[in-house]
Amino acid sequence: MSAPIVEMRDIEKHFGSVIALAGVSVTVNAGEVHCLLGDNGAGKSTFIKVMAGVHQATKGEMLVDGKTVRFSSPRGALDAGIATVYQDLAMIPLMSVTRNFFMGREPVRGIWPFRHVDFDFCDRVTREEMHRIGIDVRDPGQAVGTLSGGERQCVAISRAVYFGAKALILDEPTSALGVRQTSMVLKYIDMVRKKGLAVVFITHNVRHAIAVGDRFTVLNRGRTLGTALRGEISAEELQDMMAGGKELAELSDELGGTV
Amino acid sequence: MTDQNTAVIEEARDERLKQASFLTRLMRRPELGAVMGLVIVAGFFMMVANPVMFELSGVMNFLAPAAQLGLLAIGASLLMVGGEFDLSVGSMVAFAGLIFGACVVTIGLPLPAAIVLTLAFAAAMGFVNGQIVIHTGLPSFIVTLAFLFILRGLSLVGLKWATGGATQLRGVREAATDTPLDAFFYELFAGEAFEGLFAWLAANDWTAKFPNGQPKVTGMPVEILWFAAIACLAAFLLTRTRYGNWIFASGGDANAARNSGVPVRRVKTSLFMVTAACAALVAILTVLDSGSTDARRGFQKEFEAIIAAVIGGCLLTGGYGSAIGAALGAVIFGMVLIGLTYTAIDQDWYLVFLGTMLLMAVFFNNIIRKRVTGER
Repeated sequence: MSAPIVEMRDIEKHFGSVIALAGVSVTVNAGEVHCLLGDNGAGKSTFIKVMAGVHQATKGEMLVDGKTVRFSSPRGALDAGIATVYQDLAMIPLMSVTRNFFMGREPVRGIWPFRHVDFDFCDRVTREEMHRIGIDVRDPGQAVGTLSGGERQCVAISRAVYFGAKALILDEPTSALGVRQTSMVLKYIDMVRKKGLAVVFITHNVRHAIAVGDRFTVLNRGRTLGTALRGEISAEELQDMMAGGKELAELSDELGGTV
Repeated sequence: MTDQNTAVIEEARDERLKQASFLTRLMRRPELGAVMGLVIVAGFFMMVANPVMFELSGVMNFLAPAAQLGLLAIGASLLMVGGEFDLSVGSMVAFAGLIFGACVVTIGLPLPAAIVLTLAFAAAMGFVNGQIVIHTGLPSFIVTLAFLFILRGLSLVGLKWATGGATQLRGVREAATDTPLDAFFYELFAGEAFEGLFAWLAANDWTAKFPNGQPKVTGMPVEILWFAAIACLAAFLLTRTRYGNWIFASGGDANAARNSGVPVRRVKTSLFMVTAACAALVAILTVLDSGSTDARRGFQKEFEAIIAAVIGGCLLTGGYGSAIGAALGAVIFGMVLIGLTYTAIDQDWYLVFLGTMLLMAVFFNNIIRKRVTGER
């Protein structure tokens, strides 16, 4: 088997005296969705920010395609093929779908004083890509603010895919979405996996994780509680690991098994 | 090959059917409000004012002040789309006027050198503004408000220093035309253009003449040309270039833009520099035109520029707006300011108009934005 696309070994991250990550190891393979679960404050966000180049690890090693790397900025991670889709910071509502899609990577044509963004090309690509994921963009010139939350998330993901990401980090893509919107995003994550990309799917919703995940890693208080393969672990077990088990089980009993 | 082409055309046609209606597309234009305002104001004066106002000479009359304000408004609109304000542009006009006047008169630099130096100096001040805003994270509103006073004060102090006690510096025109090189550059920044064309038009009776045969309008004031050129340049920059997309992105959501690889800090800093340079250009044009500079130049112009930008469709929150809209907003201003003199209405209504127009524009913009972006 070929080297994993991204491998994080014993990543530690300290913020002053606070130890946000105390040695987390995660391996992300091509064509796999690796779910990263954990409650608030478990270190999920810090961990993916290290992966995305926003933070630099205090200790530990990061490998991309088997080679050690060290990112000093998000740009570096992006250039290495690791794209991050942030939950709410991915899109600018006032800008058109096309302008959002190509933001920061606008194709230009023409000679200098007349060099301009090739918006015809951009519109065409945007429409095609949207069509591919089943979003009917009536007009790529419409503002992103008119899209639903799920559509926005899908546009953000398809943007990352279009620009050649090998690994996708999805930061709670489903947490603010309704049921139908969630299934739309999960379906698209599955499509992305089938294309052979590695996906890191951050969530605290076990059901969403079980729905698409191939591997599950649970973080708690800056540590890995272990990684399980699909089929090896049940939703209940994952839930227990995330919440430290007991209290939630008790609460669940009190509430009649709804949590 | 032919089949393929037909297929492409058919596909294009299909896609076009799916596109938004003409009305929606029109509503999506940020400059819609400014166009409507212009039509209403022009209609009003066509009914009320002396018809001389819309003759060529009258048009030149109201376009000249519109051009001066417009240059400021275009800079302000770019900066506002980028998510920041610059309240110091009015004071910058006075300050750049001082720098320019001192270079030409007191130091005796050749005109082109003085122009370059003035623009560079203004851009440097814009850079300082931008860096303070970016590194402190303070609202640009406050930072540039401070510079409104600092630059105005420096203009006063500097003028006294340059003139030996006065707050007005004279003799710019004489010093700016003393060599052939200076005279050449003077023509670019002062006086009128296309005199030949206007003389020819008048000679053929296509435009009005005085009884003695002289054309009523001898040429187009150069500031109108500068205004038109800068407006076109800014519109191209904002809507068609990569840098323009970055301006929208930086103003729309700086964090999202940064995450997408947009150099937000550089974009914002450069916008502060552009805005300041626009103010310096206005200073150069007006100082050469009047032959002197004084410390009250550009007084309260920052507010007018921002109002023109808002009328032109700029949102106060950034990320949305238009340079052409701001230019049209400035034309509305010029039309009202000068137009009132062609009517029996007291000129001081101008200020009332200013406030009312701002209120209406903000109100209108909010409605439009909500409709366009589906915000709730």
